[in-house]
Amino acid sequence: MRCAILGSGNIGTDLMMKLLKGTDASGSGTTPLELVALVGIDPESDGLARARKIGIAGPHEGPQWILDHADGIDMIFDATSAYVHKAHSQAYMDAGIVAVDLTPAAIGPKVIAAVNLTEHLDAPNINMVTCGGQATTPMVYAVRRATSALPYAEMVSTVSSRSAGPGTRQNIDEFTKTTSTALREIGGAEHSKAIIILNPAEPPIMMRNTVFAALPEGTDHDAVLQSIYDMEADVQRYVPGYRLKNQPVIEEGPFHTPGGVVPHRAVVLLQVEGAGDYLPPYAGNLDIMTAAAQRVGEAIATHRRTSGNVQHEAGASA
Amino acid sequence: MTATDYRLIDSTLRDGSHAISHQYYADDVVKIVRGLDAAGVQVIEIAHGDGLGGSSFNYGFSAVPEKELIARACEVTQNARIACLLLPGIGLADDLREVNELGVQVARIAVHCTEADITEQHIKVAKGLGMEAIGFLMMAHMNSPEGLVEQALLMQSYGADTIYIADSAGAMTTEDVKVRVNALVQALDVPLGVHAHNNLAMAVSNSIAAYQEGARNLDGTSAGLGAGAGNCPTEILAAVSTKYGIETGVDPLALMDLAEDVVRPLMPRQQVIDRAGLILGYAGVYGSFLLHAERAAERYNVSQADILLELGRRKVVGGQEDMIIDVALELAAKHATQDIAGEDVNA
Repeated sequence: MRCAILGSGNIGTDLMMKLLKGTDASGSGTTPLELVALVGIDPESDGLARARKIGIAGPHEGPQWILDHADGIDMIFDATSAYVHKAHSQAYMDAGIVAVDLTPAAIGPKVIAAVNLTEHLDAPNINMVTCGGQATTPMVYAVRRATSALPYAEMVSTVSSRSAGPGTRQNIDEFTKTTSTALREIGGAEHSKAIIILNPAEPPIMMRNTVFAALPEGTDHDAVLQSIYDMEADVQRYVPGYRLKNQPVIEEGPFHTPGGVVPHRAVVLLQVEGAGDYLPPYAGNLDIMTAAAQRVGEAIATHRRTSGNVQHEAGASA
Repeated sequence: MTATDYRLIDSTLRDGSHAISHQYYADDVVKIVRGLDAAGVQVIEIAHGDGLGGSSFNYGFSAVPEKELIARACEVTQNARIACLLLPGIGLADDLREVNELGVQVARIAVHCTEADITEQHIKVAKGLGMEAIGFLMMAHMNSPEGLVEQALLMQSYGADTIYIADSAGAMTTEDVKVRVNALVQALDVPLGVHAHNNLAMAVSNSIAAYQEGARNLDGTSAGLGAGAGNCPTEILAAVSTKYGIETGVDPLALMDLAEDVVRPLMPRQQVIDRAGLILGYAGVYGSFLLHAERAAERYNVSQADILLELGRRKVVGGQEDMIIDVALELAAKHATQDIAGEDVNA
């Protein structure tokens, strides 16, 4: 499947480096994605310069370039901003291009790679939530599947200042709102809250995420812990640097949560170390996003190949 | 402005909330607002201790939803303007819209002192609502005077009407305050304010020094109720300001009555500079970590002082309360390993 990356900033460039390895997101097979271009708006950007050096097209005409070359593109990874994605999502759809949206625009259904990867493979637009959402929703889901109910879940994401780009900074509310929604819609919590903190320490800190989950009376704590360990292994299959920083703990309350009073809470302390494809390993927030997007793009490509409904690809092989 | 350009912002109902684990009730709010208002305090800040939307596992759940308390404050006040505080990443622009409907006129948008560019969205929303917007740079000891100027100018460019620097860790000496205030007053077109904590017993003297260097907005809380070893006590600040001949517009005796008769009886413990409080100031650790660290120390049977010192080493910033559990677990694991090693030696 022929794809282009839109947005030549940190995320777009990191995804390009991943796709150029030729292996799939798990690192064990071949990727079904063929990268045709990294598209930006600034001809001087480092990302575009890298693309050209490697021999990948690196135009700077932005979304219009994608629409002008729609015949040769089956899928785009949009790593611009929520605003830019919202303005063009209909045009991509009309042009028959599948959009994997890495912005918090939240136009299409949300996908968390480790939880609902195969739920929306036919959707024309997929939303990848946020980096914090990709890191924490799996753990919320892991608690939910081991309990009778999950009245409330909360995530706290701390990223190094250097790895938070202008898109995140100018619209931080979109990050927290989109992430919080994912904790409910995909994680299975009844109520939720998301918090993001930027930390300027030098050398930069690794991305840290903490999940707090309200445990109702009668919860089997061992089952919750086992489910968390299982989920860690699942996410590690496409983000090797994803790990429990300390053992998950069950703390005694009572806790007066928005979902009611509960006797205990689970605390899951996570760290994400990036693969260092473009930015250094501390930028795990970018890595989990690009790795998840690659995994979702590959799942869509494989699905459409087997169901044979990719027009462009049929044309190309003819 | 009134006869004086000195402005006192009392944060008993916001920063004070940390010291009572966010357990304010409507009756407390009514009494405190009436007392501050009658004493002539110009601005009264009210919100969860970590700002609008702060009620959470990470920071502690409010006993009463903050918007109910804010609504009461707005109903009760006669002259004082009601302010809120919001940390982008914790609270939302929608929260500002809601509290503005309730009557809140001043929005303090707070960030770590190097991250001013995340306040643009919220400062502009506050201004759009017709509120006074105050840019609030926290943990100001962690940035240089030049660095703070750069950050403050960004906030000014977004439309902030006033800029504050907050010594959130109560870690600044008087000299630290003076050089920062001086640089900011020179560089800014808008007025400056200083928010002090008392971990090094410097809150009142640093506030007075800030005034002398040109800061015209000062923060306090009644009886010093607040994060860490406490805030700059409003009643002491008013009394000392008066002795310096500063026209404050507030009545120190009325503030003393409020502190003694209303606020002290609410306090689970008086604000003293004990070891943990002093370590906050000494190691430069965010004041509201204090009680969370105390609880984690009990839960995991480790030293509260060790937790705070390690947080200082890790350069955690305000809002990272989850790291307290992280540090406590690592300290507990280290103790366990040492115990096992000890047994081996004995065997």
